[in-house]
Amino acid sequence: MMFAITPHVRRKQRHETIAKWVFFGMAASMIVPLVLIIGYLVERAWPSLSLGFLIDVPARGMKEGGVWPALVGTIYLVVLSLAVSAPVGVLAAVYLNEYARDNWFNRIINLAVINLAGVPSIVHALFGLGAFVYAARFGYSIISASLTLAIMTLPVIIASTREALASVPRTFREACWNVGATRWQTIKAVVLPNSISGILTGIILQVSRAAGETAPIMFTGAVFFKAVQKGDFFPYRLHEQCMALSMHLYTLSTQVPGVKESVPFATAVLLLGAVILVNATAIILRGYLRARKKW
Amino acid sequence: MSASSQPCITTRDLNLWYAKFQALINVSVDIKEGLITSLIGPSGCGKTTLLRCFNRVNERYGYVTTTGQIRILGKNIYDPDVSLIELRKSVGMVFQRPNPLPISVYENVVFGLRIHGEGDVLRRASLDQAVETALTEVGLWNDLKDRLDAKATTLQLEQQQKLCIARLLPLKPRVILMDEPCSALDVEGTRAIEELMFGLKGRYTILIVTHNMAQARRASDECIFMLLGERVEHRRTEDLFLAPGNPRTAEYIEGRYG
Ligand SMILES: Nc1ncnc2c1ncn2[C@@H]1O[C@H](COP(=O)(O)OP(=O)(O)OP(=O)(O)O)[C@@H](O)[C@H]1O
Ligand SMILES: [Mg+2]
Repeated sequence: MMFAITPHVRRKQRHETIAKWVFFGMAASMIVPLVLIIGYLVERAWPSLSLGFLIDVPARGMKEGGVWPALVGTIYLVVLSLAVSAPVGVLAAVYLNEYARDNWFNRIINLAVINLAGVPSIVHALFGLGAFVYAARFGYSIISASLTLAIMTLPVIIASTREALASVPRTFREACWNVGATRWQTIKAVVLPNSISGILTGIILQVSRAAGETAPIMFTGAVFFKAVQKGDFFPYRLHEQCMALSMHLYTLSTQVPGVKESVPFATAVLLLGAVILVNATAIILRGYLRARKKW
Repeated sequence: MSASSQPCITTRDLNLWYAKFQALINVSVDIKEGLITSLIGPSGCGKTTLLRCFNRVNERYGYVTTTGQIRILGKNIYDPDVSLIELRKSVGMVFQRPNPLPISVYENVVFGLRIHGEGDVLRRASLDQAVETALTEVGLWNDLKDRLDAKATTLQLEQQQKLCIARLLPLKPRVILMDEPCSALDVEGTRAIEELMFGLKGRYTILIVTHNMAQARRASDECIFMLLGERVEHRRTEDLFLAPGNPRTAEYIEGRYG
């Protein structure tokens, strides 16, 4: 008979089914840890979760109260570090992707970027300590900590920006060159407008990374405790040290005896919540900008 | 067109290497002003490469070396005082896949003016005028005059390709290079582009690469046959097809390879 299902074919179909479910299982298993982590944290943190936790200052030797000084400190550090690494990273990526010829010097730059992206954060911390705290004499301060975070995020921003630039079709550039546009005009007129969503996404994803790392700021500008007024938006000077959420979580969990159990968990929930919020913003923004350009 | 036209593009002993690979070998041609010249030859023989020499776009790759001479309208385009910007304004290019920018039809047409123009040229009225003139010249004005704000990438392919030609015109080019401009189009689209070429002939020197023998025959005044990076034959199209002077040309146009 024509087109009959032979045993051979049936075996192949079976393998196909198995393969599909194995792959699906692996992908789906990613959800499990996320749900478990969030569920566990929220459950333990529950007694402390409230708006007051956000805007209150720590009380009774940090055993109770809220996280306001750490929250503000983290915002300071993230904003300042990205204010440095985003422009530098984007401009460097534009150079590497749009201008650089393939010569030994640019290959060295490339190699440096790739290797910097792989350096562990504790090494960045030591570098920051040596370079900013001591050599540049910024001392233990918000400036030193932000610059250290900037160095840490810079190579990743360069890499993600390059990827975004490279995704702009070559034909758009050719269209520009062929009416006599210079490279800069080409970049302004077609390359940046068509890669901005990818560039922004890459930068925003580094927000959560800068907010989450402890090591780089611990050595350079974050402190265990700083007295701050409840709800004060500008409690810190740039040459002073500050508190930060990631550091605060570490302090509460390991350095302070007798902390109310739900407080560190609530801090963790806040940190995780902020990361998820930021990443979701990045995804939504990308989707929105993509829908607008569509070529 | 008279056969005594001035040469518009002249090359002498043009050699081009992509790194170690030689893609053009001692190419010497005289392409006449105001005519349509077609460039034929099997895949990989260097047609695109030759075309891209004429507006010096090849140089955007760092590993390309060129020797020999190219004169366009009497000027050696490798002279140090030649501005790439001015050269590319005069020598426009149309690609295999239409490549309108992902902006409106209107902005596509005035793109070149915005890049180069200053002052009066950029007044709304003169831009409007430039758009109407250019779109009329390529036969798109009636279809698109109410849709100038439409995104160019949403047009039909044929309209996109015409738009890509229209985009060159406000810069007053002297030469239009076309690299297989019809290969993404259907029969209707191909015919439309050919008609457009006839309309532009005389005012512009047109150089078209094609794989379609029938198109080369229909649409060009002169024809250049290339093989493995060399110019094999360059004659009036009818002569080349009726009585090819070189046995390799004959083999190609009879379809023995390609
Ligand atoms: N950017 C490049 N780098 C290296 N080699 C190239 C490059 N572009 C073309 N070549 C090589 O140069 C030769 C000529 O290529 P070219 O694209 O000019 O041929 P073509 O005649 O236009 O072919 P087709 O009809 O397929 O478009 C080919 O062997 C090709 O592999
Ligand atoms: Mg080609």
